Amino acid sequence: MILEIENLKTHYQTEKGVVKANDGISLSIDENEVVGLAGESGCGKSTLIRTLIRLVPKSAHVTADKMEFKGQDILSMPDKDFREKILWQGIGLVPQSAMNALNPVYRVGDQCSEAIQAHTDYNKAECERIVEKLFDAVGLQAGMMKAYPHEFSGGMRQRSMIAMSLVLNPALVIMDEPTTGLDVLVQERILRNIKEIRKMSESSVSILLITHDISVIAEMSNRIGIMYAGRLMEFAESMELFNDPYHPYTLGLKNAFPSIQALDRELISIPGSPPSLLGDLPGCLFSYRCPFVIPECEKARPPDLEIKPGHFVHCIRTDHVEEFRKLAGDKKTWQSSKSAT
Amino acid sequence: MAILEVSDLKQYFYLEPTFLARLVGGKKPRVIKAVDGMSFSMEPGEILGLAGESGCGKSTCCLAIAKLREPTGGIIRYKESDIAEMSKKEIRNYRSEVQLIFQDPYESLNPRYTAFDLVAEPLRALTDKSKAEIKERVNETITLAGLTPDEYKNRYPHQMSGGERQRVGIAQALVLEPKLVIADEPLSMLDVSIRAGILDLIRDLSEQMNFSCIYVSHDLSILSNISERLMIMYLGRIMELGVTKEVITDPHHPYARALIAAVPIPDPAYKRPIPNIRGEVAQPIDPPPGCRFQTRCLQVMDVCRDTEPPLKDVKPGHAVACHLY
Repeated sequence: MILEIENLKTHYQTEKGVVKANDGISLSIDENEVVGLAGESGCGKSTLIRTLIRLVPKSAHVTADKMEFKGQDILSMPDKDFREKILWQGIGLVPQSAMNALNPVYRVGDQCSEAIQAHTDYNKAECERIVEKLFDAVGLQAGMMKAYPHEFSGGMRQRSMIAMSLVLNPALVIMDEPTTGLDVLVQERILRNIKEIRKMSESSVSILLITHDISVIAEMSNRIGIMYAGRLMEFAESMELFNDPYHPYTLGLKNAFPSIQALDRELISIPGSPPSLLGDLPGCLFSYRCPFVIPECEKARPPDLEIKPGHFVHCIRTDHVEEFRKLAGDKKTWQSSKSAT
Repeated sequence: MAILEVSDLKQYFYLEPTFLARLVGGKKPRVIKAVDGMSFSMEPGEILGLAGESGCGKSTCCLAIAKLREPTGGIIRYKESDIAEMSKKEIRNYRSEVQLIFQDPYESLNPRYTAFDLVAEPLRALTDKSKAEIKERVNETITLAGLTPDEYKNRYPHQMSGGERQRVGIAQALVLEPKLVIADEPLSMLDVSIRAGILDLIRDLSEQMNFSCIYVSHDLSILSNISERLMIMYLGRIMELGVTKEVITDPHHPYARALIAAVPIPDPAYKRPIPNIRGEVAQPIDPPPGCRFQTRCLQVMDVCRDTEPPLKDVKPGHAVACHLY
């Protein structure tokens, strides 16, 4: 097990009250596994990443029953140890809009080897050799190490950021929207690079892939989590999640997402927008947009039910799933939810 | 009668080096050919999808059609009259019949206007309707866009979600009952769960109000869903144009094939083919003679290096610009 999180909560104290950006998230990542997290803006994807690598502001209150990286507790670990032992060497990061994350006045190769120099005592030539190898893995020529970021296209910058996250051979790389904003052919190339890296790396690398693009998640991930309003609505193996979805939100997302393989399928949106994360809502946070809501849904927080081994659903009405699946394909169903009427 | 006819549209930008750069560096003036010879026409009520990678000239083409930039060459005819030769009065009318829906509802709405004022603005600027008429028309349009006027008309953009803002943007574009709407990536800033609602809205209103729509996007899965015909551009030229379903299921141009193969599918069981393409998108600066896709094409032939392939029909209504056909 590379990463194990149980009941992780990241709450922000703001002037208006407590914002529960992450509220009880449990997930695990195995060795050499890609776990994808999908969700809309404001669902807490980025907060989760920031919590994992300790980039949350001081006002954030983080608690968890368990937060372990390779068996080490990374919740209570002192900052200094975390920075020196976990960041880069254990957990690498490809930040959101990584295209703009490079320093414009340094050569790209030098920026990549900076992390190696900070964490190890390799000499310059050794650093360069490592970076060269990774540049090759992501399809960049070694000569490009001497170039400045402005000489790179968006896709090349993104690939150099991926190379940079791998310089110290981390066991886990967190990728935050790695292909968002890139053209589809460039995206394809990057996804292929990521797959190739996973095949070639000597020590296996796990990936936590976070994006709103369900088709990218479907293509890359072994297991998928669907996030909504700071909670995980459903978490399962990717085939299982697509073929046997339980949560109404997952059913809705599936119908809302276009595919060029299904040209005649009608797209159905989920009326309404996510709730404010401020304050205390007692029940299921999706209930306001859910067409299958019953009064019980709004009374208490649903448990994370393990429907089948490894398949978790945050819903109390899973016994009606057959009926839901039938109804979810009909546009009228969704127009009956509270947020639509 | 075609509502819009674009023939041989060209939009060039000239890069003039500074005097010093020319003198010392020997730099020569260069030309960016953002749009370089586009010809197509649109029927009333039709939704035409415009796809291509960033920098291919999609938006430049739209700006020229909206008469927001004078093209370098070519003719744009709207209802058979050349928009470059319109009188002031005709231009005023053209402005009210051709409207834009913008990409970013967070940036394109004036933050100090309420939803009502935002939607009323075009009426105030381009018509001489009375206050009562404006009020009625605005309320009607806000309702059409799927919002309840009583609840929303006094809200400012920051009090609305992205989807609601985009609906206001759509109401703004439709309040003058345009005949042609140019939608430039109207969904890219919105969440997946609400995209379908906005797509439906554009499609339904286009039928109801009978306007034509140029829908610009880089996302082929969305285009395949909304557009009746699909146009694929590469570096300022049309590579393939045809009925959407035909272009998606039976693409002819090597570029269209690669582009469609690269689209990810929301199905973990699907094994996507590797697109047949090499290199990265080139710049439209001083393009070489011949086909502009030649540098990335795996099926390149000698003829591609010196003759630009014209856009010609391979089937009725399905045109491809490639020497292979």
